[in-house]
Amino acid sequence: MLELKSVCKTFNAGTINEKKALQNLSLHLKPGDFVTVIGGNGAGKSTMLNAIAGVWPVDSGSIIIDGVDVTGQPEHKRAAYIGRVFQDPMMGTAPNMQIEENLALALRRGKSRTLRWGVTNAEREQYRELLSTLGLGLEDRLTAKVGLLSGGQRQALTLLMASMQKPKLLLLDEHTAALDPATAAKVLELSDRIVKENNLTAMMITHNMKDAILHGTRLIMMHEGHIILDVEGEEKAKLTKHELMDKFAQVAGTQIESDQILLS
Amino acid sequence: MNTALLAALSLPNLMTRMPGGVAQGIIWGIMALGVYLTFRLLDIADLTVDGSFATGGAVTVMLIIAGYPAYVALIIAVIAGMLAGLCTGLLHTKLGIPAILAGILTQFALYSVNLRIMGMSANKPANPDAYDLLITLRNIPSAIVKGAIFAIVIIAALYWYFGTEQGSAIRATGSNPAMSRAQGININNMKLIGLSLSNGMVALSGGLMAQYQGFADVNMGRGAIVIGLAAVIIGEVLCDAIFRKGSQFYVRLSFVVLGGIVYYLVMVVILWLKLDPNDLKLFTAVIVAVFLAVPYIRSQSKSSFKLAGKQSKKEANHAGT
Repeated sequence: MLELKSVCKTFNAGTINEKKALQNLSLHLKPGDFVTVIGGNGAGKSTMLNAIAGVWPVDSGSIIIDGVDVTGQPEHKRAAYIGRVFQDPMMGTAPNMQIEENLALALRRGKSRTLRWGVTNAEREQYRELLSTLGLGLEDRLTAKVGLLSGGQRQALTLLMASMQKPKLLLLDEHTAALDPATAAKVLELSDRIVKENNLTAMMITHNMKDAILHGTRLIMMHEGHIILDVEGEEKAKLTKHELMDKFAQVAGTQIESDQILLS
Repeated sequence: MNTALLAALSLPNLMTRMPGGVAQGIIWGIMALGVYLTFRLLDIADLTVDGSFATGGAVTVMLIIAGYPAYVALIIAVIAGMLAGLCTGLLHTKLGIPAILAGILTQFALYSVNLRIMGMSANKPANPDAYDLLITLRNIPSAIVKGAIFAIVIIAALYWYFGTEQGSAIRATGSNPAMSRAQGININNMKLIGLSLSNGMVALSGGLMAQYQGFADVNMGRGAIVIGLAAVIIGEVLCDAIFRKGSQFYVRLSFVVLGGIVYYLVMVVILWLKLDPNDLKLFTAVIVAVFLAVPYIRSQSKSSFKLAGKQSKKEANHAGT
């Protein structure tokens, strides 16, 4: 479903701040893969997701989504294939617009924006049903401005928006990191359910090792811009936190100075 | 104020000036709708309008003098204004120039362009006796009615357009560009469309104003952005005061035009008070600055370092005693 072929990206090339963020990164995702991504700060996790989403062009290599080479496509074109949820709950929704207007924008992801009415009555029914599955009472507040919602509510709404027009790939960039533990757990559970129900191919970055092991069907660990560990199925299910840390030390060739910082 | 001045102020005189203020206010209100589009919906302070307002006036007057019907002249003026907006948009989106600077550059260039349009003269009259004008200050009641019809049609069109998929995409672009890109919206195109539409409306307003006053002047748009902002802000304050629980989009747009009218009526009163008209710009700037500052000052009155410091000292004193 997704193929990365030797993708490289260097920021501030030729300056003192040069940062080789992605180094010959290759990855192949089968349809239905739900990959959790872990790694230390600066390992290239978010950079990988941004490269896939097309936030900026890569230096070399290719990115192929469901057989389509999207390497040369800008962000808004790739959006046709990709649903995204960001770390910042404020980033995924338009605060000055109503809940139903936000959903309507998402329903038209990847389609041309015509002069037809922006939200139709038939859609409203669909939105009500979808929102009621969240259990947040948003189905009765279709015309409320999204800016009035809490971070958790906005993140749940963003998840819905990312998945309602079934994406070929769902990218979750530490989407629970800015939420309180109880809300984070709820949003994570919701993510699981949405991925399973829609049989989505997904990638989820997390700083929480337990979550990384517990969720998804496959786990990759990144270090210095490429993948140093890739496990799935039985092997992943049997992983423990300590094994993961040992593996990290073994493959990266360095001890983890503080597992609190890296992979708590 | 001395008694001689007070004696010179006559209420009937003020009353006779009011209708003219309303007519001008409606015309500036149409221009303010253009400012609202960029400033509130796209979140861009577009300074092109100072130039495109005069462009609208210049094109309209020159075409009317050349024998074209007034409505044809206005349509072409709108197209000219849209091109000016497009120019700002291209400078911003294709060349990476900050929106506010792109607007200033276009506005600056338009001064020369407007002079060229008017055959290198700074002022071109269109005598209502010689030409068939759509609106003129010779017939103020008709000017008010026709201006109001223009305003209503434009508000209806904006209400429809910003309810469509494309209009929603423009609003999303202004509200959250990152989210818009992630939802597949080409935000550069949306900015181009928004800036063009806005300046088209501003040029239409300029074309109406030139007919109303009977001439086009290369300086007629000077400070238009500030007057537009004043109208937008006055309208919003009034709207929020009357509809506390929020209001429909068309109501907000109507209040922007109303804001233009209120602004002009205030100007009429100031002139009636025999204040120096040269001070009007200072006065307007102060009003706009105050209203733009209100939301910030309000938030500061609830939470600021000064307040927090006071609170902390108070608690420390409390603990000490």
